[in-house]
Amino acid sequence: MNSSSPDRPAVVVRGLSAGYPGVSALEGVNLQLGRGRITALVGANGSGKSTLFAAMLGLLPPRTGSVRLFGQAPAKARRRNAVSFVPQHEQIDTTFPITVEQVVMMGRYTHMGFIRRARSADREAVAEALARTGLSQYRRRSIGELSGGQRKRTFVARAIAQQAELMLLDEPFAGVDRSSERLITELLHQLAAAGTTMLISTHHLEGVHQLADEVILLHRRVLAAGAPEDVLTDEQLARAFGASLS
Amino acid sequence: MIEFLLSPFEYAFMQNALAVAVISSAVCGMLSSWLVLMGWSLMGEAVAHSVLPGVVLAFILGIPLGAGAFVFGMLAVALIAGLSRTTTMKRDTTIGVVFTSLFALGLVLISATPSQTHLMDLLFGNVLGTSRADLYQVAALAAVTALVLLLKRRDFTLLAFDRTYATAIGLRTGVLTAVLLILLALTTVTALQTLGVILVVAMLVIPGATGFLLARSFATMLLISSSVGAVAAILGVYASYWWGVSTGGAIVLCASGQFVLAYLCSPRHGLAAALRRRRASSHATAVG
Repeated sequence: MNSSSPDRPAVVVRGLSAGYPGVSALEGVNLQLGRGRITALVGANGSGKSTLFAAMLGLLPPRTGSVRLFGQAPAKARRRNAVSFVPQHEQIDTTFPITVEQVVMMGRYTHMGFIRRARSADREAVAEALARTGLSQYRRRSIGELSGGQRKRTFVARAIAQQAELMLLDEPFAGVDRSSERLITELLHQLAAAGTTMLISTHHLEGVHQLADEVILLHRRVLAAGAPEDVLTDEQLARAFGASLS
Repeated sequence: MIEFLLSPFEYAFMQNALAVAVISSAVCGMLSSWLVLMGWSLMGEAVAHSVLPGVVLAFILGIPLGAGAFVFGMLAVALIAGLSRTTTMKRDTTIGVVFTSLFALGLVLISATPSQTHLMDLLFGNVLGTSRADLYQVAALAAVTALVLLLKRRDFTLLAFDRTYATAIGLRTGVLTAVLLILLALTTVTALQTLGVILVVAMLVIPGATGFLLARSFATMLLISSSVGAVAAILGVYASYWWGVSTGGAIVLCASGQFVLAYLCSPRHGLAAALRRRRASSHATAVG
């Protein structure tokens, strides 16, 4: 299968325009994500980061252009468990009666059969993901009883247990304490070293140099892409964030 | 005591009534856990009320009432989805327009049909008039619904909890949503005989809401919501036998009573917990 050849980019987006009725959020976006690389997607609120994620996840059909994940259409890649997603904290229903362990087990559903019965390999993967995220002692807590950082780590643990080749993380450091931020950054580096491709949206500029191999600066289209020191210049950031930084 | 409990069931119609009430209320209660978590309470009401013209038409045409109910339940869902897609109206608005219109159509059809007495039972239910054939039909539909819900419960729960992730990992969320709506229509059909079109929605919401107040995990919530449905049906059937009150009304009130108990006693959401928290915080202020 050519999708596993190491030199090809994991994600190729060409000429992508997408948006919602009456709003064109992305215009002619071109980008590539290298295999096993951590790419930070940096942009102001409303710059189209979430729209780009939605298009990559197949939640939003492109108006023009295309998204290829490992050489495949997004729907096909998703169905063969190539894609994982870590939601923003506002998207999580904290009143839902579900425990940490049960959330992480959801990461294993694509490895299970029709009725999603967990086998020992699934339980081991969940236990390992909980251990790596430092959540083993909280596994029976319901998610409403966690701190912001613990909750975010739960969803990272779910993505780890899933063992997908591509992980999309939507603002993983928003509402997260320092120690969770450090732990998550370290885990992401470990996952990348093991070959996972990562796209991380953030408007949190401080940590980007330590976190990412590459940065894409987005404001409805790609303003700049490349190494963090080349992209995150004052001049480029001023273009991306406009009045919001001044 | 035993005699008090058993004497109503010397009559075959009481046996049928109890069986059909317990089966339909338990399966409604089961489904209501997902409806509450999906935020679909209003959708439940919409489907339940929209089946009325379908049932009346089925009666006129002499086909199974369940078939007519099912077709109109799905029609309501399709109309709501279509209106939501083609206009920018908020969802509760489209739901309100669709189900009230269909319900009104049902009322007009009833009034235009000879033999209105039987049809008025559709509005309020008439569980004491349950025949063996009705019982078998309800039992079969309930079995199918419960089987699908239990087999795919993890997928439905993921759908309710985190639809984006469900999509990301390749679950067919559109199909799962459609299946859940079909089950909603089927469940409504099972509960028509017991509760009638007007009160069906109570058993699609109250048991799930009760489970939500008490449970910390979804499995517990499911167990509580099904039990609340079944217990309410048993108590309601007794109440209506001994005091001659409306069975549907009595069943729903028994469910409401369980909800109130849960609200008062819930360890996290309830009134007792709120009072405890207030006392703890005022104590803390007094000390600090």
